[in-house]
Amino acid sequence: MRKHLNVILAYTIMLGLIIFVGIFQSWNVALSIFNMCLISAVMTMGANIQWGYAGLINFGLMGYAALGGLAAVLISVDPVQEAWVAGGFSILMALWLIIAMIFIVRFILKHFQKSKFRTYGIALIIISGIIIIKVTTQSSIEAIENVNPATTGFLGGLGLPIMFSWIVGAFFAAGLAFIVGKVALGLRADYLAIATLLISEIVIAIIKHEDWLTRGVKNVIGLKRPAPYEVELQTKEWFVNLVARFNSSKLDVISSISDKQAALNQLVIEGSSVFVKLCYSGLFLIVVVILLIFTQKALYSPWGRMMRAIRDNEEAANAMGKNVVKQHLLIFILGSAIVGLAGAMLVTQDGLFTPGSYQPMRYTFLIWVMVIVGGSGNNFGAILGGFVVWFLWIEAAPIALFLINIFTSGLDDAHVLKVHLIESIPYFRYLMMGIGLLLIMRYRPKGILPEKIEIK
Amino acid sequence: MDFLNAIILLLNYIFMPALAYGSQLALGAIFVTLIYGILRFANFATGDMMAFGTMFTILFTWYFQSIGISLGVLPTALLAIPFAIVLTIFYMLLVDKFVFKYYRTNKSPPVQLAMVSIGVMFVTQAIVRIIISPADRRFYDGERFIIKAGEFKEMTGLNEGLAIKSSQVLTIFVTIVLVSTLFWFLNKTKTGKSMRAYSDNEDLALLSGIDPKRVVMITWIIAGILATIGGALYGLDKSFKPFTYFNNMLPIFAAAIVGGIGNPFGAFLGGYVIAFSEIFLTYAYKKFFMYILPASMEPESLVQLLSTDYKFAVSFSILIIVLLYRPNGIFKGKVL
Repeated sequence: MRKHLNVILAYTIMLGLIIFVGIFQSWNVALSIFNMCLISAVMTMGANIQWGYAGLINFGLMGYAALGGLAAVLISVDPVQEAWVAGGFSILMALWLIIAMIFIVRFILKHFQKSKFRTYGIALIIISGIIIIKVTTQSSIEAIENVNPATTGFLGGLGLPIMFSWIVGAFFAAGLAFIVGKVALGLRADYLAIATLLISEIVIAIIKHEDWLTRGVKNVIGLKRPAPYEVELQTKEWFVNLVARFNSSKLDVISSISDKQAALNQLVIEGSSVFVKLCYSGLFLIVVVILLIFTQKALYSPWGRMMRAIRDNEEAANAMGKNVVKQHLLIFILGSAIVGLAGAMLVTQDGLFTPGSYQPMRYTFLIWVMVIVGGSGNNFGAILGGFVVWFLWIEAAPIALFLINIFTSGLDDAHVLKVHLIESIPYFRYLMMGIGLLLIMRYRPKGILPEKIEIK
Repeated sequence: MDFLNAIILLLNYIFMPALAYGSQLALGAIFVTLIYGILRFANFATGDMMAFGTMFTILFTWYFQSIGISLGVLPTALLAIPFAIVLTIFYMLLVDKFVFKYYRTNKSPPVQLAMVSIGVMFVTQAIVRIIISPADRRFYDGERFIIKAGEFKEMTGLNEGLAIKSSQVLTIFVTIVLVSTLFWFLNKTKTGKSMRAYSDNEDLALLSGIDPKRVVMITWIIAGILATIGGALYGLDKSFKPFTYFNNMLPIFAAAIVGGIGNPFGAFLGGYVIAFSEIFLTYAYKKFFMYILPASMEPESLVQLLSTDYKFAVSFSILIIVLLYRPNGIFKGKVL
């Protein structure tokens, strides 16, 4: 009990803060912060597996999250029949061509000696393949994009429940991680960081501009939901009764029946959105708990010990007969898959997919701040980091306003400096994150909850 | 005649913009490479430090404009740059003293320093946005064109016009002067040589009595000059927006690595490699082929290899190919 005292204390404070927001701001805000905290926690767990367990630096988190979001679109949106008629065939042919190309390249790699000739041959095959695909698909892509451009203009998805996309998103991200890992994992740590960052930018560029697949910057809105809709909920009798029972003490005070009805209606509207958010919280909580159990088990398994050995001394681990390259690739894929899962969860919660919103600042660097602040190598720490940093990210504006008002209390309300500072409140969150990160790295380099390995 | 027209077309739409953009990237890439070579970490705050310098250039430009000082045909910003450089160097030395120095003396691994630079990136970004707000700003004043497209057509009687923007010429001129001074400094002066020695082998340099504090300080001073001038030139040529500067960090990194990280000359050329390939691969060559091919063979499509949306993706792909086949970069990295 005492060993875990700091973990329990940290989580109690965190939950207390969220409840505090619920009481003083509103439960809606508190729950949406809580849900985003859970999603961030899943992302940090992915990054933590790579960085904390294996010491691999992955600045491409944004790309995996976006692929997860893409999976949500491709799984849940209904297929657009006209678009498939207009250009589906040649898209499928192009897909076959790509698969054929991959097999040819693999064949060459296996059966020919390494030489300049082979390298140029492979480059030639890839370039000519790309040109052939571009020429053959151009007209059908235009045809697809011209099908009802205001509402569809893309191939659509499979029309399955969106929950499937969580798994598919993880697989998408794992696939990308396999390619990236094969290409980049041999690089030194800081090169790897830059390479993954740039690859994720390429992924985003493709998602943003291939309108036939993703609708690009036109966004996909109104995705299916695993949770009930607020409007439907408000008409259900059981829900109205539930709200009435919860707020009976408040309602009993009101004497006139019409006033009571109006108050109840207001409460039902508020309650419905809280209820929907609670549904999401439940789903996300299940994911977080399952992942936590698995990652904790992995951390204390022989495999986890081997990963730490590789992290702490690659050469020694190699000398002991551990396949460092293979294990690095495996853990890179696992971590990225978790980030992809989180990306799908995020799009599921928002109900929309906006490729333009994927910024490295928000989806890569902020997640890294969470991992470092929380405590790399410790799953509880990583989750806590997700909670703390996201909470501060959202609540930075009120805190900054409060601080500005204190420091400028001597100034007139219309003073230029005060007005300017209050206008730039949204940017104080960057300042807070930066200073927080610098302080943690300097004075508590292992994070709030440091890695603690016990030999059992 | 058609052939001349085609050449002018390429000069106007590919060569001049790429040369100017390449110079701006080159300055940033030398900044990255110097920090990497001497302080031994990848500085993720590059783009934001450039934005920081540009912000002060703009503030001083506004100040000079308000008191009525101007340089006539030249932009007022030229007058403001020295003041901005001083403030940027001051900021960088301050950051170094309070942030990077601790990790340097503790001999932390480069990855940790890179992480710390992310913290600096957040803080710098916040400072820039709080002081000048994230809006898009143009601060070029003075004569905009040296030759206008219309005048050029009249002068030569060609169909295609060649417009030479003064900001482009200014960029190229300043870059040449600055980079040649820098190379002279690194190769000929005693201080420059000590910096190269420090970059090659830290322990040996310390043994031969080189003062590491001085080397680090001079590195930050050069970095401040490069960041401010590079950023200000980019802002003069295009416009100043903190977000674009943050994004420019990525092609700058690409340029530094393609040229061989730690090698300033490589970084200089890397900037042009990135800029030219970005513009070459995304330019629509339809008009060019209309000039040089006979009328019967004229292309129907735009003859564009990649859409301009993939501009950044081009430079990143080049970087990845280079990392795969020549991890040291085109010009062997890590010599300085």
